[in-house]
Amino acid sequence: MTRIASSARTVLAVSLLVAFAFVLIGPLLNLALWSVAERWYTPFKLPVTYGTRYWEQVFRPTGDAMASLGTSIWIAVLTVVFALALSIPAGYALARLKLPMRALFMLMFLLPQAFPSVAIYINVARIFYQIGINGTVFAVVLVHAAHGLVFSVWIAAAAFAAVDRDLELAARNMGASPLRAFFTVTLPLAAPGIIASGIFVFLESLDEFTGTFFVGVPQVTTLPLLLYNAAMGGNYQVASITALILLVPSVLFMLFIERFLRADVLAKVGA
Amino acid sequence: MPTDLPNGPRSGASIAVRDLHVAYGGTRVLHGVSIDFTPGSFTALLGSSGCGKTTLLRSLSGFVPVQSGSIVVGGQDVASLPPEKRGMAMVFQSYALWPHMTVLQNIGYGLKLRGVSRAEIATKVSAMLAMLGLSGYEDRKVTALSGGQRQRVALGRALAIDPGILLLDEPLSNLDAKIRMVMRHEIRAIQQRLGLTAVHVTHDREEAMTMADRLVIMQAGTIAQVGTPEEVYDRPATAFVANFMGAENVLPLRVARSEAGASFSTGDATALVSSEAAQALPAGEAVAYFRDDVARLDAADAVAGGDLLVPGRIAARAYPGGVYRYRVEAAGRQITVDDADRHELGTTIGLRIPLQRLHIFPASEAGIAA
Repeated sequence: MTRIASSARTVLAVSLLVAFAFVLIGPLLNLALWSVAERWYTPFKLPVTYGTRYWEQVFRPTGDAMASLGTSIWIAVLTVVFALALSIPAGYALARLKLPMRALFMLMFLLPQAFPSVAIYINVARIFYQIGINGTVFAVVLVHAAHGLVFSVWIAAAAFAAVDRDLELAARNMGASPLRAFFTVTLPLAAPGIIASGIFVFLESLDEFTGTFFVGVPQVTTLPLLLYNAAMGGNYQVASITALILLVPSVLFMLFIERFLRADVLAKVGA
Repeated sequence: MPTDLPNGPRSGASIAVRDLHVAYGGTRVLHGVSIDFTPGSFTALLGSSGCGKTTLLRSLSGFVPVQSGSIVVGGQDVASLPPEKRGMAMVFQSYALWPHMTVLQNIGYGLKLRGVSRAEIATKVSAMLAMLGLSGYEDRKVTALSGGQRQRVALGRALAIDPGILLLDEPLSNLDAKIRMVMRHEIRAIQQRLGLTAVHVTHDREEAMTMADRLVIMQAGTIAQVGTPEEVYDRPATAFVANFMGAENVLPLRVARSEAGASFSTGDATALVSSEAAQALPAGEAVAYFRDDVARLDAADAVAGGDLLVPGRIAARAYPGGVYRYRVEAAGRQITVDDADRHELGTTIGLRIPLQRLHIFPASEAGIAA
């Protein structure tokens, strides 16, 4: 009796796992298939002809795809620099200093996430038009940074809070100025968390669509916008390849988190 | 051998603390502490948790802001200076070694800040490691060291900058008993050799007594008594100190003065003391403190002689090794007594306590500790 029950349990577990894997990997397989399908139409279940023509098209140095990949990365790098320049001091202050209304500050960075993004970006676009920066890389960076700050500030605050205060005091005790102690002890120890938050902001920026659409188009074309245009134009191959390119940094990030980020830092996020 | 030392013998600095007030948030922790530390002395700050001993140490090092009062080091008031300008080196309870640095980088950090060349740092650190018995550990990660080794590295880091003053914040409390004994002697020996002024915070009475020249007993943010280990142990100034130093048995007493001296009674027992000894005694209601090992068990009808003989009954017995430990009910109190002989439970005995081993304080003062 118990043998039947246990084998039934195994069968159930395996089939659930397979179903889960299908939900997770199925769409990705579809993407991969589309990226090498040169011709694929109904009623065929699989592509009619395979080939790498579209890969060549995307990776052609003069192609739109490479240009928008360049734009995307440039915007993402600027966004990371901007967000870290704000979140390192802000995170340190939130972690160390006894700020009144600390919770309010933490919530303030959450605000851009709290409202429907379309409503926000339409107003942002209007303001940017008025001050004449709409359609510039700078405007897109600002929008991406506002979006990424909540993560970078919260993670940075957690990373600094996880550094034992005595380690900093020991440096001061040995004769280091506050700034010197920060750069030789606190920052290196918080670095894994800060780097993770930077990568997170980078990915968010790379992936961001709505804000870029409202404040960047038509002058600024990022990879997600290209993907949108390709998909709307019925070019599933280019859209699939673009999507696959966007997937790479995310996977690398997951590996980084898994390898370097300590549980005690993760536990302090938002605390 | 002084020639083994990285920097040769040097002398410690003096510290004079005057009327120091410190508060955390709204809570006042130190209420006007004044104390002097002479150059080359080893002082232990001793007290139960929350008494302010760690706060006193941290205000010396500059980690805790001072509300009022002065800390004069070698003629200069450092109370308003930041930690890096005070010339004191601290060994932390958690060691506070930097996990992203090697042993060499940890010990050499202070030297690097002072602009010492790389080659000179390497020489000094290797001499320091030799002194601490850690030769060849330069490139180890501190996270790969055992507790005792980390402790030595933390000590080495503090000593590397030639501090005049060494602050020790319960540095031995995270070590196991055997290494703790070794480190007690090592720290004391190094302090003596270098002639440093050392201030050691601990809640371990034995550690304080074996390491320090002088004990400072702290209670609720003030200093209860300052003295050599012998003075504090044998002649506690207050009921709190007596109790803290291990005199945990309490007997209520009634002291009556007469021309011949004084008599004091507890329960059914009475003892007489001569007039010169009686000068030191309070009159009226009093409380006597004494240690487990000063009392003996005797027959209930034995001759008191010069001792206090209190009738009592044995309530419990344990054998911790060497002697029996009894709990005796006498004069309405539970008294713990060590005795070499085995007695049965319920036996009526006489509790014999030599008068000079009793620490007697007025009942009004003792109320806090009893």
